[in-house]
Amino acid sequence: MRIGVITFPGSLDDRDAQRAVRLAGAEAVALWHGEHDLHGVDAIVLPGGFSYGDYLRCGAIAARSPIMSEVIDAANSGMPVLGICNGFQILLEAHLLPGGLVRNDHGDFICRDQRLRVEQTDSAFTNGFAAGQEITIPLKNGEGGFIADAATIERLEGDGRVVVRYLDVNPNGSLNDIAGITNDRGNVVGLMPHPEHAVEAGFGPDTPDAMRSGTDGLTFFTSAIAAFAEAAP
Amino acid sequence: MPTIIVEVMPKAELLDPQGKAVAGALSRLGNSRFQAVRIGKRFELTVDGPIDDAAIAEARDLAETMLANTIIEDVVSVHAAEGTA
Repeated sequence: MRIGVITFPGSLDDRDAQRAVRLAGAEAVALWHGEHDLHGVDAIVLPGGFSYGDYLRCGAIAARSPIMSEVIDAANSGMPVLGICNGFQILLEAHLLPGGLVRNDHGDFICRDQRLRVEQTDSAFTNGFAAGQEITIPLKNGEGGFIADAATIERLEGDGRVVVRYLDVNPNGSLNDIAGITNDRGNVVGLMPHPEHAVEAGFGPDTPDAMRSGTDGLTFFTSAIAAFAEAAP
Repeated sequence: MPTIIVEVMPKAELLDPQGKAVAGALSRLGNSRFQAVRIGKRFELTVDGPIDDAAIAEARDLAETMLANTIIEDVVSVHAAEGTA
């Protein structure tokens, strides 16, 4: 399986996302924001960072990049697309997911290992988790407060489209502790926390077993690979 | 140059942490007259040609689709800058 990782001007975690893809067992393909070419990939990751320096609004200018017209078409035809942090903001600005992300309610940037509960295991990136599984992956954002109007929140909750929820503390004022959502079809997923930083023992969050041994993020990537293998003829 | 001004504000029901931080600083400076601050954006669009209804309509469309994200912000004004129309 070939998974593309798009680099926008100001992307920071594109290399980490590529590494996560490789550690999960797929081929990582570097994609460039300025091209109208997905290079035949089977899934796409929009990585974290500060595309265009967060000018205008986080993700707003990147969402109007040349490559995004291909990403929108691919997403609408069912290709798995994962947006992480700034990538999540880009997916919202591209209207591939509903709602918005606003500045953290407390006003500070936050960087911590965050406990989450996986609420939805039918999406392209969470099918490898057990329903209700509790995981820990890093979270780092300044504008991670998920908001939407009451009808949208009700629809997301009612349709089981909340993918992961914050546990213990709500780190940024997100409504209903929402940390990630998916679309109707389950192929487009947006996450505020960063699974790509918890994919290799020695470089992940601390666990009760050992320092930095957490690899809970890897399952987001292996899920996409498993779904692809299952769909293959 | 003919200029169209677009003004965008965070939606009233959303917390504006930037404005809140400024209001906090005002209060620490001993100011009690100004109780709350909200921070928005002003865009100045330089127009090639006259500012007619079509130019205003195009600016409004741009404001609603790109300059503002109407999920979290409101376009509060789209108008010709005084003396430039």
